[in-house]
Amino acid sequence: MSVLLPAMTGLLAVAMLVAAAMTIVTRSLPIAILAAGAVSLFASVLFLLLASPDVAMTEAAIGSGLTTFLFFFVLGRVGGRDNG
Amino acid sequence: MVRHLAAGLLTIGLALAFAALVLGYQPDAELNRTALYYAENTAKDLGSQNIVTAIVVTYRGLDTLGEVTVLFLAAAIVGLILAPGRGAEGAGRRGAPPPGELLTTGSRMLTPLILITGIYVFVNGHLTPGGGFQGGAILASAALLVLLADPGHRFAHRTIETIEGVSGVAYVAVGLLGLAFAGGFLDNRFLPTGRFGALLSAGAIPVIYTLIGLKVGAEFASILANLTETEERR
Repeated sequence: MSVLLPAMTGLLAVAMLVAAAMTIVTRSLPIAILAAGAVSLFASVLFLLLASPDVAMTEAAIGSGLTTFLFFFVLGRVGGRDNG
Repeated sequence: MVRHLAAGLLTIGLALAFAALVLGYQPDAELNRTALYYAENTAKDLGSQNIVTAIVVTYRGLDTLGEVTVLFLAAAIVGLILAPGRGAEGAGRRGAPPPGELLTTGSRMLTPLILITGIYVFVNGHLTPGGGFQGGAILASAALLVLLADPGHRFAHRTIETIEGVSGVAYVAVGLLGLAFAGGFLDNRFLPTGRFGALLSAGAIPVIYTLIGLKVGAEFASILANLTETEERR
């Protein structure tokens, strides 16, 4: 158990970094939005592991839920043609 | 080239700063004085089972009022900016394929469940993790599901505005009741704190969190509705 928690924490941290890097590197805006949402999702699991369920719920509901879809709505409005 | 170099240097500098923070991190062996006060006195003073909620709603209630105000301003500004293009019939639906049977039925079945989950989260804010902001966001995601299934759906803006305004005014009024009948602004103890751990306990905290939940949900829903109903400008 004492090994499991740091291992999970490290895994989640690496996953967050990978998703964040993907957000910057990818050429496709939808994938960038999804990757940014994944960063929030991993962060909320991390908060849960670190024993703060209140923050985890906020992060999951607002960070990875509403914000992601807000970005998609705006992307649909402004048009996702410019991928540069 | 220069830009990449500057960005790289900035990233390395930030990484060094954070590395210094992480390497110098020492977990506290015991709670500091503020945290100790909250941990020891919350249940006794306020009767709230969830200490986080007691801090957010009562001890730091003014900050929460500020957060709700910021969210209100954001929703109002989104509405203000998007208002000129609003009201066009069928905006948002144009060009979208009709939603399939599966999506329509699924959203019709899931929306009430999501709404009930949101209400559960903010009504039980003083007992279990979660509260007004989380519950409100869950309420708004029900609105989001309806909009995803049918982009042409129209919400009753007057109803949303009424819920939002009434709960905002009631929130401040509850705070003033605390000022008049208890220890200060947003003090929850003008209502009896009740039995520890019961649904109707912790004084005004469930009332305040219900109001915050309704207000946050209405604000997010109005932002989403405004975004979908805006006429696409070329």
